[in-house]
Amino acid sequence: MSNFTKEDVQYFADFARLALTEEEKAAYAEQLQQMVELTAKLKDVNTEGVAPMTHPLHRVNVLREDKPADLLDREEMLKNVPEHEDGMIQVPNTF
Amino acid sequence: MNFETIVGLEVHVELKTDTKIFSPAPAHFGAEPNTNINITDLAYPGVLPVLNTRAIDYGMKAALALNCEISREQHFDRKHYFYPDNPKAYQITQDERPIGVGGYVDIEVDGVKKRIRLHHIHLEEDAGKLTHGPGYSLVDLNRQGTPLIEIVTEADIRSADEAYAFLEKLKAIIQYTGVSDVRMEEGSLRCDANISIRPYGQEGFNTKTELKNLNSFNFVRRGIEREVQRQIEVVTAGGEIQSETRRYDEATGETTLMRIKGSADDYRFINDPDLAEVHVDEEWIERVRAEIPELPDARQQRYVEEYDLPAYDAMVLTLTKEMSDFFDATVKAGADPKLASNWLMGDVSAYLNKEQIELHDTKLTPENLASMVKLISDGTISSKIAKKVFQELVTNGGDANKIVKEKGMIQISDPEQLLAFVTEALDNNEQSIIDFKEGKNRAVGFLVGQVMKLSKGQANPQLVNKILMEEIQKR
Repeated sequence: MSNFTKEDVQYFADFARLALTEEEKAAYAEQLQQMVELTAKLKDVNTEGVAPMTHPLHRVNVLREDKPADLLDREEMLKNVPEHEDGMIQVPNTF
Repeated sequence: MNFETIVGLEVHVELKTDTKIFSPAPAHFGAEPNTNINITDLAYPGVLPVLNTRAIDYGMKAALALNCEISREQHFDRKHYFYPDNPKAYQITQDERPIGVGGYVDIEVDGVKKRIRLHHIHLEEDAGKLTHGPGYSLVDLNRQGTPLIEIVTEADIRSADEAYAFLEKLKAIIQYTGVSDVRMEEGSLRCDANISIRPYGQEGFNTKTELKNLNSFNFVRRGIEREVQRQIEVVTAGGEIQSETRRYDEATGETTLMRIKGSADDYRFINDPDLAEVHVDEEWIERVRAEIPELPDARQQRYVEEYDLPAYDAMVLTLTKEMSDFFDATVKAGADPKLASNWLMGDVSAYLNKEQIELHDTKLTPENLASMVKLISDGTISSKIAKKVFQELVTNGGDANKIVKEKGMIQISDPEQLLAFVTEALDNNEQSIIDFKEGKNRAVGFLVGQVMKLSKGQANPQLVNKILMEEIQKR
């Protein structure tokens, strides 16, 4: 298993627009490496003849009717929004 | 060197459900910003999306109408991207097992029929809408979670005109199924085009570019034409096409670079653990299939075979379901199909066009149009008088029989009554009789006109002509 590098951390941080310090990158690389190693154990399991699955629960067709319910009040919602204008949520330009 | 145009389209169609695909918030266009939202749409911590049954029904209906094979076992995947139009930072979509696989749309361009194959149709959620201000953006999440189908074609399209014809046909089929408004101006139909060129005879495809911001079918056509031209210029000058996303600029007609595609595209797809698999059995599929109305192609064929209409007329009548349904109902109410078709394609369409309205905005009904057409068929009114009856029907409604009786518009076909008009016209216009005898056939037209005037337009023109010819010989 190759090591999780600071460059790997930077690669994923870019997706989430996260600015990380060199120290943070080193710390996350180490922690992420541990996670990768932990999950790598799954590769030791013999899955010969086992059908691929998409979900651990054997429930299918969990569906609801097409009926409106549980509307969120805009004014309530905006209480959690630091800045808004004309009922819309203000966010930094991401371009 | 001559180049062949290669186009594949990706078409997004919003499904007209009452609520969103994974939340019970309303999914209607045109509401005040952030009023059609709930905690699932905003991705509050701990929320659980639950699939809307009708989104599956509608997705299947569209897929079946487009001749797809339905995936019996479907699931949803997360497509990760970080952008404020989607608070979850991932879009729920079907990456591995889409709702429909394969399928096709038959088109016709310049009399040549062609089949455009579909790669697949998948179900997914729409994102919110951003308005960009100076240094910040404003987010409206009403659209977040609206169910969409994405229709992905094979790279079978060989010209901008074929792309246009494909979109017209696709729009008509989806509109017939009733699962979407398919209105480009409201964003319920959106289209991106993947475009490349290759020298004629070459096997395999070259690098393609993706063209976005195509806001009407005409812009799709013009955008493809311009992008093909640009690629030919680049290649002819010895350059290379790179994989990139370009934007069509409506004002200048140019395509401009948005971004170069590359290793930065990494959506890190995973199965969505919040959502259970969807298993579809034959019974479900057949129930949905039974709800699909007769589609444009089948109707066109029926009009040609059963009613003997010209292929062009059949095509025009089936462009919208409303017009086609109206025609069918008019014929069912007893109208002659060819006459009904002529009226709908002629005066009715001209009226709708002039007033910029739809059929349902008028007072015209299949029943009253049929009653008018029957009066023309049995000779009770002339087509000239029918135009007056039509004006009355389309603006005020009512019954054609009643209008004709009340306004005294019934055509006079009684030979004795007509003879009286003819005699009067001949007595008053001796010069015309002389002209006629001298071989001036124009005189007949004038005399018929005089009879029509005397009868206030109610005389049967064919009979007037016949009686007039008989009488004029006697003079």
